Amino acid sequence: MKKFLAKSYLYILLLVLYAPIAIIILFSFTNSKTIGDWRGFSLDLYANLLSGQAAHSATITQAVINTLVIALIAAAISMLLGSIAAVGIFNIRNRKVRKAIQFANNIPMINPDIITGISLFLLFVSLGISGGYVTVVLAHIAFCTPYVVLSVMPRLTRMNPNIYEAALDLGATPLQAFNKVIIPEIKPGMVSGFILSFTLSIDDFAVTLFTKGSNGLETLSTYIYADARKGGLTPELRCLAAIIFLTVLILLIIINRRSSRFNKEQ
Amino acid sequence: MADSIMDLTPKPISGKDCTQHAPDIPGAAADISGEKDDKTYIIEIDHISKWFGDKQVLDDVSLFVKKGEFVTILGPSGCGKTTLLRILAGFNLPTEGSVRMNGTDITEIPPHQRPMNTVFQRYALFPHLNVYDNIAFGLKLKKVDEDSIDKQVRRVLKMVGLTDYEERDVESLSGGQQQRVAIARAIINKPQVLLLDEPLAALDLKMRKDMQLELKQMHKELGITFIYVTHDQEEALTLSDTIVVMNKGKVQQIGKPTDIYNEPVNPFVADFIGDSNILNGIMVEDRKVLFMYHEFECVDEGFQPNEHVDVVLRPEDIYIMARNDKGQINGTVQTCIFKGVHYEMTVITDHGYELLIQDYNAFEVGQEVSMIIKPFDIHVMHKERFNNSIHGTLKDSAHIEMLGGLFECEPVEDIESGSDIMVDVEFEDIELMDYTEDGGAAGCVSFILYKGNHYQLTVTSDNGDDIYVYTNEVWDDGDIVGIRILPKDIRNIRRI
Repeated sequence: MKKFLAKSYLYILLLVLYAPIAIIILFSFTNSKTIGDWRGFSLDLYANLLSGQAAHSATITQAVINTLVIALIAAAISMLLGSIAAVGIFNIRNRKVRKAIQFANNIPMINPDIITGISLFLLFVSLGISGGYVTVVLAHIAFCTPYVVLSVMPRLTRMNPNIYEAALDLGATPLQAFNKVIIPEIKPGMVSGFILSFTLSIDDFAVTLFTKGSNGLETLSTYIYADARKGGLTPELRCLAAIIFLTVLILLIIINRRSSRFNKEQ
Repeated sequence: MADSIMDLTPKPISGKDCTQHAPDIPGAAADISGEKDDKTYIIEIDHISKWFGDKQVLDDVSLFVKKGEFVTILGPSGCGKTTLLRILAGFNLPTEGSVRMNGTDITEIPPHQRPMNTVFQRYALFPHLNVYDNIAFGLKLKKVDEDSIDKQVRRVLKMVGLTDYEERDVESLSGGQQQRVAIARAIINKPQVLLLDEPLAALDLKMRKDMQLELKQMHKELGITFIYVTHDQEEALTLSDTIVVMNKGKVQQIGKPTDIYNEPVNPFVADFIGDSNILNGIMVEDRKVLFMYHEFECVDEGFQPNEHVDVVLRPEDIYIMARNDKGQINGTVQTCIFKGVHYEMTVITDHGYELLIQDYNAFEVGQEVSMIIKPFDIHVMHKERFNNSIHGTLKDSAHIEMLGGLFECEPVEDIESGSDIMVDVEFEDIELMDYTEDGGAAGCVSFILYKGNHYQLTVTSDNGDDIYVYTNEVWDDGDIVGIRILPKDIRNIRRI
């Protein structure tokens, strides 16, 4: 009996956790205006969404494109900045300084999104930069970069510190040594960092809301939020939610696989 | 170390060393003449010092290496040998001094422009490349054409005994195989000098022995100058043409393996290379030395009459026999261990000295024995110091600041407070305490020498001064101790 209770506790917990998303996914497969109104299995909503026949279809498409473009740019730049930063931090000789910088790197990750959003908003206003693509991308780079640093760092610490010197010793210039030896070593960490940044960027709402400005730029999250407040969620958005959930889930599985493989190697 | 009496100015190794293996070395024949002296050295390390922050790791090191020579830099960990090698490779800049190669100053030339290659201690192979690409790395950077690379990779792989390993992933290889790849990766570039940083340290004993022979063979075939860093004295004796013994950032002795073994210049070298008995003695007159309460004949000359000296006896040089009246000293066997070829025994002499003896014959524990030591087997060394001369400051008429602490002394009248002074303290007048607060100053035991019936410790005090201490108590290397000196034992206080 005790065992049964212990087990069911876990399942109830999982059920509560996943019920909302499960319901949305479930009701994306029926053609009804509201959730809770099951009208038999149908792919109509998906068809509407993909063929552009849903209400505000053009805006939705634009929001999807915005989201993806912002995520790609932000992830790519974060990957570069974060990797360079990780190499730099790794090479700091003074242990105290290195620890301090690593700690500073962790602060943006535990900082609530809303605070990051407001502070960036105030920064952009005070600098006189009007909100739009640029500010959103900059903001996303700001909160993604620490994650890249965090995923590249273990690769560097595991690396034999002599291999860079070995490359120099064999006649490579510092730049050649970096390209031929360091980059291949940290590449898996960079890729993980990129994927992580990509999902974080797609996922973000609070920071985007504060930095998108008033020129009508919408990403998926801000669009869905606005749409839901204007007299109920457009039914097709359930499908979109399902698709995004699945995409992010797949990306997360990839990241986890990569990191567990890395841990096994160690 | 500032007041050390040692004079260790390293001298260039005499021209004869090189001739022994000259026939194997292309280009070396011209060097034998010895006429154009500075041209014979491929590497000249000129008065190099290196500081990391306020820690000095190399102290005025000079070393001259001949073309084609196999030089080993030998010393305990932390003696600065790896730093010296890294300065040669170009990874570190010396704080002072310069490095010349073939007469040209290369001190500030970056590593990738130096015609030398390094074999690293932990291999440092590129994990994302296979064996072939690891070895070809240097040649590919030099844009050598692929056919030629292919040929050379196969040649060096054959040389290190790894034919057909081209496609293997380096991380799938054993330690010994990885080390061979590392060596192949270095020698394929035909460096003028090959630097090896403890290349065999991570291998097991059997593999190490095999690799030693192979390295020696490789050195002969290639004719490249090898500079080899190790802490393994046996490895150094086996491999080298010349050994450089280092300790605490200083060169202690440079010489051929036999010279280093038979004629160590100080107790550190004697203790570090091979087993030895090191005893206090008095040089009564030329060729007569008194130790263990017996006056021995020896072959050493040129000491002051009655000079205090250190005497080194190798364990295999003491002849041991059943007790009879022909022995110079008598004793009782304390332990006896079979070591394969010989027996290793400790014998307590009737005067209480403990001696390590190796002999082909076993003597039972408890057996009474007699011993003879032949004159040429006794090696006499100048003492590095006869007492501790310590630098300090007179705080007031009864206190001296020295060794990083405050000591009480007998009242001083003729020197005003605040003066820089020197004092003398005998080795046996220093007492070491378990707790640092029990002493006037604190220090760390940095070297231990057993002198047959007592220990001679080197204690490095908090301000970096080394003092020698005679004690019967057992301390460990690295122990933190309090240093106690009684006021009456602080002698000869003098202004400087």
